[in-house]
Amino acid sequence: MGPGHCGRGTVWVNASFHKMMRSEAGKGLTLVSPTLIYALLLLAAPLAMIVLLSFWTQNFLTIERVATLSNYREALGDPLYRALMLRSLRISGTVTLVTVLLAFPVAYFISFHVRPDRKSLWLFLITIPFWTSYLIRVFLWRVILAYDGPVNGTLLGLGIIDEPLSWILYNANAVVITLAHAFAPFAILPIFVSLEKIDRSLLEAARDLGESRAMSFLRVTLPLAMPGVLAAVLIVFIPTVGDYVTPRLVGGSGGTMIANMIYAQIFDLNDRPMGATLAVMAMLIVAMVLLWGITRARLWLWLLDRAGGGPAGAALALAAAVVEILVIRLVFFQGPAWIGAGPSVIALLLAATLGSALILWRVPKGRWGI
Amino acid sequence: MSQNQSQNQSQKTPIVTLSGVQKYYGDYHALRGISAEIGQGEFFSLLGPSGCGKTTLLRAIAGFEDISEGHILLDGRDMEGVPPNRRPTNMVFQSYAIFPHMSVAENVGFGLRRSGKNAAEKRKAVGEALEMVGLGQFGARAAHALSGGQRQRVALARALIMKPKVLLLDEPLSALDKKMREVMQVELIRLQREVGITFILVTHDQEEALVMSDRIAVMFEGEIAQLDDPETLYRRPKSRRVAEFIGMMNFLPAQVSGEVAGRVDLDVKGLGRAELELAQCPSGARAGAAEVGVRPESLTLLYEGQSAEGGREASGTVREVVYYGDMTYYDILLDGAPAPVRVSMRNMPGRRVLDFGARARLAWDPRAMVLFC
Repeated sequence: MGPGHCGRGTVWVNASFHKMMRSEAGKGLTLVSPTLIYALLLLAAPLAMIVLLSFWTQNFLTIERVATLSNYREALGDPLYRALMLRSLRISGTVTLVTVLLAFPVAYFISFHVRPDRKSLWLFLITIPFWTSYLIRVFLWRVILAYDGPVNGTLLGLGIIDEPLSWILYNANAVVITLAHAFAPFAILPIFVSLEKIDRSLLEAARDLGESRAMSFLRVTLPLAMPGVLAAVLIVFIPTVGDYVTPRLVGGSGGTMIANMIYAQIFDLNDRPMGATLAVMAMLIVAMVLLWGITRARLWLWLLDRAGGGPAGAALALAAAVVEILVIRLVFFQGPAWIGAGPSVIALLLAATLGSALILWRVPKGRWGI
Repeated sequence: MSQNQSQNQSQKTPIVTLSGVQKYYGDYHALRGISAEIGQGEFFSLLGPSGCGKTTLLRAIAGFEDISEGHILLDGRDMEGVPPNRRPTNMVFQSYAIFPHMSVAENVGFGLRRSGKNAAEKRKAVGEALEMVGLGQFGARAAHALSGGQRQRVALARALIMKPKVLLLDEPLSALDKKMREVMQVELIRLQREVGITFILVTHDQEEALVMSDRIAVMFEGEIAQLDDPETLYRRPKSRRVAEFIGMMNFLPAQVSGEVAGRVDLDVKGLGRAELELAQCPSGARAGAAEVGVRPESLTLLYEGQSAEGGREASGTVREVVYYGDMTYYDILLDGAPAPVRVSMRNMPGRRVLDFGARARLAWDPRAMVLFC
């Protein structure tokens, strides 16, 4: 207030600048400014470039610097892009599911059954795969899953199969196997941390109040571990949707994902704007799908609780899930015939996101912490 | 609380029977043959310093620890191999173990899932349990938004709603501040009287045990050193160690000359000749050197013009004065005694607080003495 009466603008600015620099916020800003500048230059600026690029068009060798939505129209309408995006989501979804399901028991074992002084050793062992390059690990999977590789050799030798399995390499399955292995530590660590934070007396209290081990796990351990599971889902799902090395090396044609298409657009077809458009679309769709997943998990668990838990609640939650998924499938596959491919995808994304917003607004965060 | 009550209870069929309970952790012998019977409706305390095995014993009763030898019977049934969820006990944990992801009502109703009650009955039971602990309006509150005392009450309601045969309390008041602790002590006594359930309390706070219990088992190094009602425990501790642990006690060297017809004759350094009954000698009376225990409140300062009955008077010098408001504690070095004795005096009108270095006269009473040979 005081400096306002001073009359001379520069003095006031100077004083307030110094005052700001002395304040908590000022000190904080000074402290983060190098990283902030770094982040802006290396993250925000390229992102802005890509968004800008996505509205331009490639005209043979030159880029047409006129904003247009034609790339987006193509990205949404072309069945090839739709198929690739859908496949990417499906593969990443499967990878996330497999990784989290495999990581949870490992994290649980380390947290609950390993002696406290050995826990850090176990975590260290889990990070050993990181000692080799990611590329080499992917190549090794190519060897392991090969037509004459150890998996087929063993199964043949044991007489379980008569001829080598061909569905384990150069398709989506190989991508899922390789990515699930590569991302396992990323999933184990957050789940481990959230399990470690659980006060063990809570589990004893659950047992004391009449619950078996299994029910104590379901009613206490699992809900309290959900923040870690959620973190694992995000950490695995987001980067795997955009992975392009693994599908390129082990995916064959059936395992090609959206990132391979972005690569092809930019480097092979020399259409950087289209690549940028696909990248922006992928980003938006991943964000919306994640939001959909998290909010729907909240909704279904809420419905389960509202119906008093038990079979009735489970049936209600399941019904809600099945109905919404069927509607989404219907619109996705029949929509192009009704209202065109682009509009149907946009309508779907908007409706789903509107639903997500509604759930975030109206449905309270339940005891599962989602 | 009262002696009559506890005697009535020990005549009833015991709800908890411990016989020769032993527990080893590897080489460490945590429980060394614990045997006791706890009556229906009794408020029973396990009192001891940390590491004495009292919590291990409680956890063994709850089923969280397997015992190495011996038997634990609950309501006449041997509990060997019975998991905690199948035992007729419920526990109030030291940390309260309130489920952080649930509301207060969900916490309290946690154990009702298998009760066969419908939703309305469960709600009613939860409401009643919360009412009982004075948290009637808190059902919808999130568990993490509770104060320490409220968490304690939720933990109590959550256990009592199960209608256990025995309620186990693991240092339930240790995390509360002094005021709150005193409030909860009275509350616990009231609750126990109301529900009539057997309470087993683990505590290291002798005052807490004295205030709340019908009977107290004092434990040292995995063994029960003495099991008695609070008054007996305080007045007639069986060993010097128990005496030191329960309240404050002065120990004066004494020379026992012998026992004649149930009376023990001795000479206490600094006080003089005294005659004790055999009941005051828990470890017997042999002629020779021994120690006499006297509580600070059993020694009385004499002011001008006052004199002791039967001439049992001693004098000494004030070496320390600790003023508490309601009480004053003096350390007085008696003439001829090797170390000062502590004397507590209630600050009543007309009683002057003595100064450091002043001469003081004491009256003493042999009936308040305990002999340790």
